[in-house]
Amino acid sequence: MIAFFFRKFDRMATGFVILLAAIAILVPVLNLAVPEGSPFHIPTYLVSLWGKYLAFALLAVALDLVWGYCGILSLGHGAFFALGGYAMGMYLMRQIGTRGVYADPVLPDFMVFLNWKELPFTWYFFDHFAYAVVMVVLVPSVLALVFGWFAFRSRVTGVYLSIITQALTYALLLAFFRNDMGFGGNNGLTDFKDILGLSVQAPTTRAALFALTAVFLALGFLVARAIVVSRFGQVLAAIRDAESRTRFLGYRVESYKLLVFVVSAAMAGIAGALYVPQVGIINPSEFAPSNSIEAVIWVAVGGRGTLVGAALGAVLVNFAKTWLTGMLPEFWLYGLGALFILVTLFLPKGIIGALTSRFGRPGDGGAQ
Amino acid sequence: MFRRFVILFSVLIGLVALAAAPIRADDASLVLKRLATDNYGEIEAGVAALAASGLPVSEAVLTALADSRLSYRPSDKALFIKDTSGGWIDAATNAAPAEAPSGLKSVKLNNRVRRALEAALGSMTLMSPDPMKRIAAAEAVFKSRDANTLAPLDVVIGKEADPVVKRYFEEARAAVLLLKTDAPETDRVRAAERLGERGDQDSLALLGSVTEANATANIVSAAKLAAKGIESRLALLSTAQNAWYGLSLGSVLLLAAIGLAITFGVMGIINMAHGEMVMLGAYTTFVVQEIIRTKVPSLFDWSLPIAIPLAFCVSGLVGLLIERVIIRHLYGRPLETLLATWGVSLVLQQAVRSVFGANNREVGAPSYMAGVWDLGGFQITYGRLWIIVFSLVVFFALLGVMKGTSLGLRMRAVIQNRRMAAAMGIRTPVVDALTFALGSGVAGIAGVALSQIDNVSPNLGQSYIIDSFLVVVFGGVGNLWGTLLGALSLGLANKFLEPVAGAVLGKIILLAVIILFIQRRPRGLFALKGRAVDS
Repeated sequence: MIAFFFRKFDRMATGFVILLAAIAILVPVLNLAVPEGSPFHIPTYLVSLWGKYLAFALLAVALDLVWGYCGILSLGHGAFFALGGYAMGMYLMRQIGTRGVYADPVLPDFMVFLNWKELPFTWYFFDHFAYAVVMVVLVPSVLALVFGWFAFRSRVTGVYLSIITQALTYALLLAFFRNDMGFGGNNGLTDFKDILGLSVQAPTTRAALFALTAVFLALGFLVARAIVVSRFGQVLAAIRDAESRTRFLGYRVESYKLLVFVVSAAMAGIAGALYVPQVGIINPSEFAPSNSIEAVIWVAVGGRGTLVGAALGAVLVNFAKTWLTGMLPEFWLYGLGALFILVTLFLPKGIIGALTSRFGRPGDGGAQ
Repeated sequence: MFRRFVILFSVLIGLVALAAAPIRADDASLVLKRLATDNYGEIEAGVAALAASGLPVSEAVLTALADSRLSYRPSDKALFIKDTSGGWIDAATNAAPAEAPSGLKSVKLNNRVRRALEAALGSMTLMSPDPMKRIAAAEAVFKSRDANTLAPLDVVIGKEADPVVKRYFEEARAAVLLLKTDAPETDRVRAAERLGERGDQDSLALLGSVTEANATANIVSAAKLAAKGIESRLALLSTAQNAWYGLSLGSVLLLAAIGLAITFGVMGIINMAHGEMVMLGAYTTFVVQEIIRTKVPSLFDWSLPIAIPLAFCVSGLVGLLIERVIIRHLYGRPLETLLATWGVSLVLQQAVRSVFGANNREVGAPSYMAGVWDLGGFQITYGRLWIIVFSLVVFFALLGVMKGTSLGLRMRAVIQNRRMAAAMGIRTPVVDALTFALGSGVAGIAGVALSQIDNVSPNLGQSYIIDSFLVVVFGGVGNLWGTLLGALSLGLANKFLEPVAGAVLGKIILLAVIILFIQRRPRGLFALKGRAVDS
C-alpha cells in the first residue's frame, strides 16, 4: 500500500517529501523549544504565516492535478477551498459556546444578532469534530460531483468550462454574502476560541496546525502523484493532449475527468479547513473569482503538470505578496499582473519546467 | 338693410360685453375695500368675494396678501402692494401712486384667512390662461379635496375647451365628490367610475377610503369595482415597468458584451481585460468632461458626443497594443491568453487607480439625459432611453461592419474557418489585430454609456466582466444576433426574477440556470454549425 504511493519516485519528489517532513518537525521545534532571544527562534506569527502558505500550496497541488494533468482550467477552485474552510469555521464557531458576546450556549453570535431562535439544520452536528471533518471533504466533493457531472457529460470544455466554473464561485460569493444563508453573511465566521479543546491562539496549537498542514500537503502530493503516474493518470494526460482521440479510443472521458475533479475538490476543501484556524477568519470574499484566478497563477509560476512546482509557486507568489504589500502596497497588483503576463509569455512551463528542460532531466508530464 | 343689421349686431355685442363683465370698475374698489380692515372675519369674506369677482387685479392682490405684502390706508381704505424693490403700487389701478402713501397698516393673516386664501388662489388658477397652471391647480384640488372648490370647478368644467385639462378638472371634481357625504348617490357613483378611469395610486387610496360608514352600498360596490380595475392596471403597469428595466439592463449588457463577442468569436480567446477597456472608456468620458468643465463650460452637453470617438480610440489603441505585444504570441493557447489578459486587467486597474485615485469619479449627465418621461404612470428616464437607443445603434453599426465591409467579410471568414481563410490569402494576423482593436474600441464606447448609470471607479470593469461572458456564452459565439438575444433575455430574466426572489437570489438563480443551460447547449443559443467549431 505504502509502496503504491512511492512508485516511480524521482529525486525531486523524494526531495520534496523529505523537505516537508523536515519543516513539519523543525519549524515547531524552532518555534517552541528555542528561546526567543536565539537567532534560530521562529516567531509564532511566522509559523502561522507559513502555515497559510502551505495551505495554499495544497490548493495549488489540487489545481495542478486537474489543470496540469487533465487540462481542466478551473477558475472556481477557490469555491471548494472556501467551502472546506466554512465547514471548519462552523465547527470552530460551535466551540465558542457561551464565550461569545451574547453568551448563547448554542447559537453563534451573528444568529443571536439576527434574532434567530434556533439553529438552522445546516449547522446541526457541527459541534462534533469528526462530523466537521467529514463535511470538509464531503461538501466540496459533492458540489464537484454534481457540477462536474453536468459539465463533463455535455462536453463543456476549454474556456467555456473556465467561464462556468468562474460563474459557480461567483454565484456562491453572492449567496454567502446573504445573511439569510445562515453563514454569517458579510462578516463570515471569526473570533474562534479553541479547536479540540486547545486554544487556537496558543503557540503550541499554531505549531501543531503548521505541522499538520505540512503533513497534509505531503499526503496530498503523494495522492496526486500516485494518481498521475498510474494508468489512470496516463489517460488523464491523453485527455489533456487530445480529448477527442482519447474518446475514440474507447475511454469514457467524462468519468475520468469527473473522478479527478472530485478528488481535486476534496483536496482543496482540506486545504481550506487547514487555512481557517490559522488565519482565524473565513468570509465570503474567499469565494471571489479573483482568488481562484490567483491560485491558477501560483500553479503557472511554479510549473503546471509538475505538482512540486505548483506547491513551490504558491509559496513563492504568496511570499512575494506578503513582502510587496508590506513594502509597496500599490505595486502588488502591478507585480501580480506582470507575473501573469510574463509567466505565460516567457515561462510557459513555469520555474520547475524551465529548470528541468534546461538541465535535461525529463519532467513528469510537462506542460501542454 | 345692411346698416340696420350692423347696428343691431353692435348692440348685441355691447349687451353681451356688458353681461360678461361681472363687476364694473367702480365696484372694483368696493370689493377691494373689504380687505382694508383688521377684522379677520371680514378679511376672509373679502378674499372669497375678490376671488369670485374675476377682477384682473385680484390675483396680484391675493398673492400679495399671501406673501404679507398687502397694506391699507385707514383714512380712505385704499390698498397698496409692496413690490419687490420696496416701492408701493396702488392695488386698484395697478400703478405706482403719485406720492408715497403714508400711515399704512398691513393686512393681517390668521390660519382661517390663509386657508381661504389658498382655496381662493387655487380656484383662481383654475381659470389661469396657461393650461399647465390649470392642470397643476386641478391636481392641487385632487389632493386637497376641498368642498369649497366644487362650485368654481363646475364653472370651469363648463368653460374648458382643452380636453386634456377638462379631464383633470373632472377628476378633481370626482375626488371632491367621492367622499362628500351630502352629494347625490348617482354623482358619487359616477365619481368612483371616473377615478377608476384615472387609475393611479392616489385614486386607489381614495377609493379604498370609501366604506359603509361614509357611503351607501351602491357607492361602495362602485368604488370596489373601480379599485379592482386600478389594481389590475397597476399590475400591468409594473409588468411593463419591469420589462422596461429589463430592456435597459439588457442594453447595458449588450454594450458590455458585444465587443467581447467579436473578439471571442473571431479569435477564440477570452479577453479578461475587456472590462478594463470599458473602464478606460468611462475614464475618457470623465477626462473629457473635466476639460470641458474647466475650459468651455458651454459645450457641456456635447461632452458625450465628443467622448464617444475618443473613448473608441483610447480603448482601441490600448487593445491594439495588448494584441501586438502579448496576445499575438499566445495564439492557439486560449487558456494562457485568459491568464495573460487577466494580468493585463490587473495592471490597467492599478494604473487607473494610481492616476485617478481609488475613489469614484463623478461623471455628469448632459441636460438631455436628465429627467423622466411619464406615460400615465409608466416612467421612462431619458438616460435609460438614450442608452437603449445607443446600444441598438452600436449593435447595428457593428452588424453593418460585419456584413458590409471587407474587414467584416474577412472577419467572418476567419470565424468560420481560420486555416481555410488563411489559405485563401486572408492575412489572419492583421484581421486578428484589427478585430481586437475593434472589440476593445466598442468596449470603450460602452464605457461612455456606462459612465452615465454606474460609478466610474477602477473596479467598473470587474462588475461587468462575468455578466458579459455569460451573455456571450449564452448567446453563442460568432453571431451578433445571439449576443443581442442573450443580452436582452438575461436582462429581462434578471429584472423579472428580482421582485420575486430578491436581487441577489435572483442573480444566483440566473447563474444556476445558465450553468444548466450550457449543459444542454454547450455552444450557446446560436451555435455555428460545421466541423470548424469542434477544434
